Amino acid sequence: MDSEITGILKAKFDLDIFEADNTSDMFTITVSYPVIHGVIKELKENPQLNFMFLTTLCGIHYPDRELPLGVVYHLHNFHENKRVRIKTFLPSDDPTISTVTDLFATANWMERETYDFYGIIFEGHPNLKRILNVEYLDYFPMRKEFPLEDPTREDKDDRFFGR
Amino acid sequence: MSEEKTYTTLNLGPIHPATHGIFQNVLTIDGEKIVNTEQTIGYIHRAFEKIAERRPYYQIATLTDRLNYCSAPINNIGWQMTVEKLLGIKTNKKIDYMRIILMELARITDHLICNSVIGVDSGALTGFVYVFQERERVYEIYEEVCGARLTTNMGRIGGFERDFTSTAIRKIKEFLERMPKVLREFEKLLLRNRIFMDRTMGVGPISAEKAINYGFTGPNIRAAGVDFDIRVMNPYSSYDDFQFELPLGTNGDTYDRFCVRQEEIWQSLKLIRNALDNLPEGKHFMEVPAFCLPPKEYVYSKMEALIWHFKIVMGEIEVPQGEVYHSVEGANGELGFYLISDGGRTPYRLHFRRPCFIYYQALPEMIRGGVLSDAILTMSSMNVIAGELDG
Amino acid sequence: METNKPIYTKVDPPEGYMAPGLFATAFDKVIGLARKNSIWPLPFATSCCGIEFMATMGAHYDLGRFGAERLSFSPRQADLLMVMGTIAKKMAPVVQQVYHQMAEPRWVIAVGACASSGGIFDTYSVLQGIDRIVPVDVYVPGCPPRPEQIIDGFMKIQELAGKEPLRRRYSEEYKELLDRYGILK
Repeated sequence: MDSEITGILKAKFDLDIFEADNTSDMFTITVSYPVIHGVIKELKENPQLNFMFLTTLCGIHYPDRELPLGVVYHLHNFHENKRVRIKTFLPSDDPTISTVTDLFATANWMERETYDFYGIIFEGHPNLKRILNVEYLDYFPMRKEFPLEDPTREDKDDRFFGR
Repeated sequence: MSEEKTYTTLNLGPIHPATHGIFQNVLTIDGEKIVNTEQTIGYIHRAFEKIAERRPYYQIATLTDRLNYCSAPINNIGWQMTVEKLLGIKTNKKIDYMRIILMELARITDHLICNSVIGVDSGALTGFVYVFQERERVYEIYEEVCGARLTTNMGRIGGFERDFTSTAIRKIKEFLERMPKVLREFEKLLLRNRIFMDRTMGVGPISAEKAINYGFTGPNIRAAGVDFDIRVMNPYSSYDDFQFELPLGTNGDTYDRFCVRQEEIWQSLKLIRNALDNLPEGKHFMEVPAFCLPPKEYVYSKMEALIWHFKIVMGEIEVPQGEVYHSVEGANGELGFYLISDGGRTPYRLHFRRPCFIYYQALPEMIRGGVLSDAILTMSSMNVIAGELDG
Repeated sequence: METNKPIYTKVDPPEGYMAPGLFATAFDKVIGLARKNSIWPLPFATSCCGIEFMATMGAHYDLGRFGAERLSFSPRQADLLMVMGTIAKKMAPVVQQVYHQMAEPRWVIAVGACASSGGIFDTYSVLQGIDRIVPVDVYVPGCPPRPEQIIDGFMKIQELAGKEPLRRRYSEEYKELLDRYGILK
């Protein structure tokens, strides 16, 4: 199944960077972000691949890399019980990527959560606004440069709390 | 001549007796029919994923307790299995069977809350009181195993901190004796009750294709007819040694969800009985010196034990680099843990795939065209737990 | 077979002068006695402590014995605001609004570590204790506190309600307390 995936995808999208990796627990592909919608559409609709379930979608931030922000998709094929992980990375000055809400209705809130935490803009999303944090929060908290604790709190001593 | 339609806006929540947990629904109603709803969540956002980046691996188990707090052992054991998958530890059968017993007990408690609360929301308060008595007995079992009632922090990475005592086994056996009678009494109250059936049949339906598209998992998708259960599809913790049935519904409405959860309680009782009868001999923890505190007599006599004890307590255990996704069948669906470790003492990134968060977004789809009381019942039958919703 | 004989306990009358057809005592004592045995709580249950509260209201621990059988979800009819669970910063205005809507005399009990001080969630999104926004009478520690502890906290509220002087809510100190929290009378 892994070779089928790489075969079909390479045939369709062989212009863009495409690395397949089998070292972690499931088959992982890293794709460049302009083609991500096409790749996921192919994985969902191609009858040989048939990944009809989006398990989860999350963001990630590697501040030292050239493309620091990333989005990770986990897809699942129920019939053959196969899972695949797709990663894309985005530049930090313009983290825009196309949405997959038209393919999977479940991606709606998952993308809002990723926007809330990392500031990744999903083009074409019907309702991209903050979902879990307060609306007036002006930074994206899960990025590595921001601390966990509320910097304005005065009742806890950072020598004992805060790590 | 066309009439201008004026809609009423009704605010349901965040504090409302019928929403179990704090989330807000702003309903747009045309007379009595619901036209649209807009949801606001995040009223209990505790930033679990950010906290997890700053805590050593065994402290994250206390965080996972608070995700779906009605069935905390499932979350704990799921997290421990994720870390064991990263480290490449394979647990022996005894640990697996003990885990199955505790996870199925947790599933029973969660389904009991959900079903009795569906009863409360439709006006039947008696079932709730009877069923909570049985939950107290499960709490007694938890106290015997790990010392806490609700937020259990049960087990350790690599097994358990202590074996089941004879009191625990006796209490589990007594629970298994008592539970069928109480459950049958509860069923007689609601399952074939004409009023309950009229209130819940056809309420909040969802089709199987839409359910897959919306990412439903757990009893909600089984009520829609799709037989997706992680215990069967990707078996973990020796679930494939046991035979159990998956109840399936037909049209995914509230009555189907109620019946699916009820039948799952019976299947869980069967699983616990099988696991307890066939509980093998063996050690209750694997040899993972980095995560299991060594016995005290070794700490005072052997050098390595002293060093491991110090490192564990001061939080200086480093975990090898790796990336893993593991999921367990929580009471609400596929509870997944996506863990990326960069070789340090704390995870680099930990993402929880929370089932409640994912299927709650389908609520507007399910209640459109219904009336307000149907919306209340649909919400409570979906079993939305606020801790898991916001995380 | 055990017979469940009903056990009737009488509430002790306060100190006073008793005569045939006549009982004379101070207003404070009688009103305090009535108030403390019929507190109507508003269960503001947000997270895990809410489930322990449900267990406290159940048949095993039974908070109804203390007069709290009638839970009121409407703040206008409630006496005691029981905040159980983590209060995030998004939820804080809601707690304040609910507190504003309650009529005097009102008491607040912070159940659990999260409501008392933020608990284990020392993060940017969690309010570190509800005493930053409303005045709290009793704190019940625990994560979650056992039902016996919740009942103990409730009994302390009963003591406070029973011993409260009648003019306390009109006193200067109380007005100052509310001003500190920005709660207008």
